[in-house]
Amino acid sequence: MTLTAPATPPPAPAPPHPLPTPRREPTVRRAWRKASPYAYIAPFFTLFAAFGVFPLIYTAYVSLYRVELQTPGDMEWRGLGNYTALLGDEFFWTALRNTFTIGVLSTVPQLVMALGLAHLLNYRMRGRTFLRTAILLPYATSVAAATLVFAQLFGRDFGLINYVLGVVGIAPVDWQTGTVASQIAVSTVVVWRWTGYNALIYLAGMQSIPDELYEAAAMDGASRWRQFLHVTLPGLRPTIVFTVVVSTIGATQLFGEPLLLEGSISGGISHQYQTLGLYMYEQGWGFFHLGRAAAIAWVMFLLIVVLVGVNALIARRRSRKEAGR
Amino acid sequence: MPIDRAARSTTVAVRLGAVVLSGALLAACGGSSDGAATDGAGGKVTITVDLFGSFGYKEAGLYAEYEKLHPGVTIKQTDTEDEADYWKSLQTRLAGGGGLADVQGIEVGRIASVTQQQADKFEDLKKYGADGLKGQFAEAKWAAATGKNGEVLGLGTDVGPEAMCYRKDLFAKAGLPTDREELAKRWSTWDGYLALGKQYKAKAPGKSAWLDSIGSLYSIMIGQEEERYYDASGKLIWEDNPALRAAWDHSVQAAEGGLSAELDQWSPQWNQAFAAGSFATIPCPAWMLGYIKGQAGESGKGKWDIAALPGGAGNWGGSYLAVPKAAQHKKEAYELIKWLTAPEQQTRLFEKQGNFPSSTGAIEKVAAATDPYFSNAPIGKIFGDAAKAAPVQVLGVHDQNIAQQITNALSEVERKGTAPGKAWENARKGVANTLG
Repeated sequence: MTLTAPATPPPAPAPPHPLPTPRREPTVRRAWRKASPYAYIAPFFTLFAAFGVFPLIYTAYVSLYRVELQTPGDMEWRGLGNYTALLGDEFFWTALRNTFTIGVLSTVPQLVMALGLAHLLNYRMRGRTFLRTAILLPYATSVAAATLVFAQLFGRDFGLINYVLGVVGIAPVDWQTGTVASQIAVSTVVVWRWTGYNALIYLAGMQSIPDELYEAAAMDGASRWRQFLHVTLPGLRPTIVFTVVVSTIGATQLFGEPLLLEGSISGGISHQYQTLGLYMYEQGWGFFHLGRAAAIAWVMFLLIVVLVGVNALIARRRSRKEAGR
Repeated sequence: MPIDRAARSTTVAVRLGAVVLSGALLAACGGSSDGAATDGAGGKVTITVDLFGSFGYKEAGLYAEYEKLHPGVTIKQTDTEDEADYWKSLQTRLAGGGGLADVQGIEVGRIASVTQQQADKFEDLKKYGADGLKGQFAEAKWAAATGKNGEVLGLGTDVGPEAMCYRKDLFAKAGLPTDREELAKRWSTWDGYLALGKQYKAKAPGKSAWLDSIGSLYSIMIGQEEERYYDASGKLIWEDNPALRAAWDHSVQAAEGGLSAELDQWSPQWNQAFAAGSFATIPCPAWMLGYIKGQAGESGKGKWDIAALPGGAGNWGGSYLAVPKAAQHKKEAYELIKWLTAPEQQTRLFEKQGNFPSSTGAIEKVAAATDPYFSNAPIGKIFGDAAKAAPVQVLGVHDQNIAQQITNALSEVERKGTAPGKAWENARKGVANTLG
């Protein structure tokens, strides 16, 4: 690439022999040539070490102690006590369960809708570019702004959604107090924000599927729906795996939406929509138990590693099966 | 749906960091202009004030006046509505040592945490001559902000003598008496209050409820007690405290009788309900008057009235102003809080916003005050009597957090129909989890 030009030597003069023995480069230059790629990527890895790895390790260290935010100097060794306490902690299990249910409630509709949208946007139509850009807009809004608007919409007494339900004759729903209702409310915000984002990723994936396949399918008399099932979906498999992995990680870390729905760090009066991320925040910044919060953070980290691993295994197995066919 | 680190930090920044950030920015700006100040050139100082709820200084025009009296001083205030959010962000900044304002507000339910756990993070105001102010303040108010070694960690702003605010117009429509004297007699006990509530419910205008939330009912009742969560020796007693249990039982009765509008205090819906007239009564400590005016707006003027509280006098809330060790302009900050908490300013704040003075001199001055917004109720007398008779409360480090867990459990009874016994059990678990 031309970017590296200053580092490479200028083209050598025409060699006197057809098969010349390469001249030895000066050692400094050679060393630089070998080292330069590392130098170029160093800033990222330095930052990653400082803001990624170090906090991770420090969190693990803190999770072995009893530390309170108000007296951060007094650290009392607890060993794995913070972790074993989680096993018997009813609120932790509630949070884990909520994280799972909200994760499913938001990820599944989100990805299905994104697929459908991408399929539609992939057709030739007027204003396609505009629509493709517009679909990304929810993603560009901040979680805070989006959630605050949704919290108003879902309001029990003066919310628009309950008003509409009332017009249809359905009794008002207490979107913040009911367990299922509140989880649906949280999931709605998530779905709204991320559907367009995933749709664009799918769209990009669809563009790499050769047109000939569609043409061939059309010649064979396959309907649009059949084309979607038998050409688009198989072609998109790697993309789908990617979005599932990313969405799983996102669902496990879900935090902003449940926090802002009611402004409650306990995820509602009876923890009905408290996610793991929120529980960690409540322990750390609500009750100031930093050690316990750190333990939860690590459990979340391990959980994500396991989930991503399972995802990868399934994906690999499927593609091997495909190859074997 | 990758809620990645960036997205997450955005939210955290919004909830908790926005203040930090603005504080840091202010500090940064202040830093440069300070340079000038210490050089003796411009003499310009920006004092940052970070508060919660409604202290009402800006609304009462006190900042503007202070700036006029002290040319070169600019006051910048940031404000968080919910005290729990405010405290969280303050604790984070105290731990990090950055982004602190020159003046930080401290709620009375947190002052024990400051004196017992964080005395080293706040300035001892004796350094600046606060000792001389002692005689100005009610004794209990002063004592609560005094640390183990006699350091003075904050100056008292207001106290929260309790009363009952009610909508006269709604009462009239429901056929209840509207005269505050008569009402005070009818609801001299909490049972009387609940009985009147049932009467209201039978003929309630519109869809209005008798009461905003049983959370506020519990809070005002617990404010009538001397010992609540801890005893004087610092032992946790809330579970076996009969007074607390009585407040709980009355709240449960109100919930089960369907007397509450089932709102959550400090939530957006609660705020909207003031103007919408969703409830007829709201337990109100003096500082709530400013809040009601703010939420109910001009159209509420004259519709409200105030009567003495059922079950006797009590105190709910009241705050302190403190100067963190990490503040930029400690001396100027002290001068400001000394002025803001002086009897004259406390008097004016009461007249404009209703925050009841903690200064003994001011209490006498306001005895004759009335408030046109609240149908010319004699607020000086009602709150003055309550302030004199209010118990001196035992304060504990975790008062606020425990109260939050109990209020949550009560909300479960109120909004989800959870059995009271189960809810009590939930409160116990919640408190255990809080204390860790």
